[in-house]
Amino acid sequence: MRITEDKVFFILSERVNDGGAQIWCELPQSHFFDEYAMEGVSAESNEIYLEVAPDLLVRSLKTAQSAKWVKVKLTKKNFPCLTIEVDLPSGSVHQRLVVHDIPVSVVARKHWPDFTEPEMPRFDVSIALPQLRLLKNVVDKMKNLSNYVAVSANNSGEMKVSVETDMVSISTHFQNLFNPSWNKDDSQTQPSMSEDRDPQQFATSRVDIRRFAQFLNSQQVNPDRIICNVVHHRMLHFFLLHDDVSLQYFLPVVSR
Amino acid sequence: MLSTQHSEEDDQYMFVARLDNVRNVSTILKAIHFKDTATVFASPMGLKITVEDAKCVQANAFIQEAIFHHYVIKEEQLAFKINLTVLLECLTIFGGSSMPSANTSLKMCYAGYGCPLILMLEEDGVLTDCSIKTLEPDDVLDFDFCSSNVINKIIMKSECLKEVFSELDVTSDILQILMSPDQPYLQFSTFGNAGSTHSSFPKDSEMVESFQCSQTQTSRYKINLLKPSVKALALSTRISIRTDDRGFLSLQYMIQTEDGQICFVEYYCSPDEEVGDNEES
Repeated sequence: MRITEDKVFFILSERVNDGGAQIWCELPQSHFFDEYAMEGVSAESNEIYLEVAPDLLVRSLKTAQSAKWVKVKLTKKNFPCLTIEVDLPSGSVHQRLVVHDIPVSVVARKHWPDFTEPEMPRFDVSIALPQLRLLKNVVDKMKNLSNYVAVSANNSGEMKVSVETDMVSISTHFQNLFNPSWNKDDSQTQPSMSEDRDPQQFATSRVDIRRFAQFLNSQQVNPDRIICNVVHHRMLHFFLLHDDVSLQYFLPVVSR
Repeated sequence: MLSTQHSEEDDQYMFVARLDNVRNVSTILKAIHFKDTATVFASPMGLKITVEDAKCVQANAFIQEAIFHHYVIKEEQLAFKINLTVLLECLTIFGGSSMPSANTSLKMCYAGYGCPLILMLEEDGVLTDCSIKTLEPDDVLDFDFCSSNVINKIIMKSECLKEVFSELDVTSDILQILMSPDQPYLQFSTFGNAGSTHSSFPKDSEMVESFQCSQTQTSRYKINLLKPSVKALALSTRISIRTDDRGFLSLQYMIQTEDGQICFVEYYCSPDEEVGDNEES
């Protein structure tokens, strides 16, 4: 978790050679908090990096579903903690204060470079994912049959997800999808879609199916659009923007 | 509807069948899915899919050609063995953890010995192609169950049996079935850790549609072998229970598809041990 003056980031980095994913999520603090005060390591490096177990954080926040207010503080008990204070209604008159102390470790400045934003890859094809319902169902079924899934897309609005084992090969084909065009001005992107790329030609990446299914199933908010950038035989990069939150999910290929 | 394909493409196949609602096939197959492997027999009359276990129990699902709106076969009989679990995953590919929607259409193709079974499914403009390896078909058991040897036969509405079968005492190794021209007429019994359970149905019950019992007969069957038949029972509207002179059991289930057509599933089971007519039940 990276805390800056304007934003809160959730950064996750798994081992890439295991087919592990990277997640980069940005939340503008002003969108979520009424009050926000932070003091970083120093004036020049006005940031805080914390290592925290996501499931503990999720569980604490779950108790805050019907809260009047929630406070998040970085405190020091016997060890550094992210303290979540939740003010819950209890009966018609009383209030109930629930406090969670989640142990965190503060990440030293020398390790901060490990957590820089992964570069937007030079992708071969950029395409918007189809409606999640069918895609989710298909991938969940394929997960029962194989550990890997090949995701392919082209610039003609077509996308395929396929699995292949000794026993069976299955390929699901989506059409009429949107291919976004990226300009030179879009953040760190270099324009990578060569104009003479054959629009019918597919770019493919074969990734860990469980992680792909997890990503699809974790979408609770139904964003308007999830963009999938395919770097042929290197990785899938998913990008979604919803309600001011931006999420990037990098899924590298798995070698056979 | 599937995007139309030239019929020349279909020429390469020995067998091509299409239907608009894949559930009409997937539901019936689920009723016999108690082993990973099944043998598929295709003939001009339709499909028969057979699953066996322990050389003691056999289930057959019959999907007649009328269920399909297009059914072409170039041989009198085609047979292959296939992984039924994989086949069902493919048929329900669009369905998530529950059922595929009624908008999913299916095309099945088979080019002959050694070739894979090809499935093409479509839902809402999304196409899925599957190619499933087929294997050499094994010989299937012939239970040699013929009408002339049938001693007792009862046809009843499935409703009343559903409760009995879904609540079978699993601590009992066997299910005992008594059929008799005299009381208690039809009785299912289990003998478990907590004691014995008996469920009886009088022959004049309104659930019983036909009662033809010539002899008192009590037979015992391994409960594990019959448990899977509960799936077929749950889908069915009527059931026929027959036993022959060897104590072999035939259960036939009449199942109505969503589109109102009739399909049959049958289970054959050999008895666990012969029990004399007068043994206390």
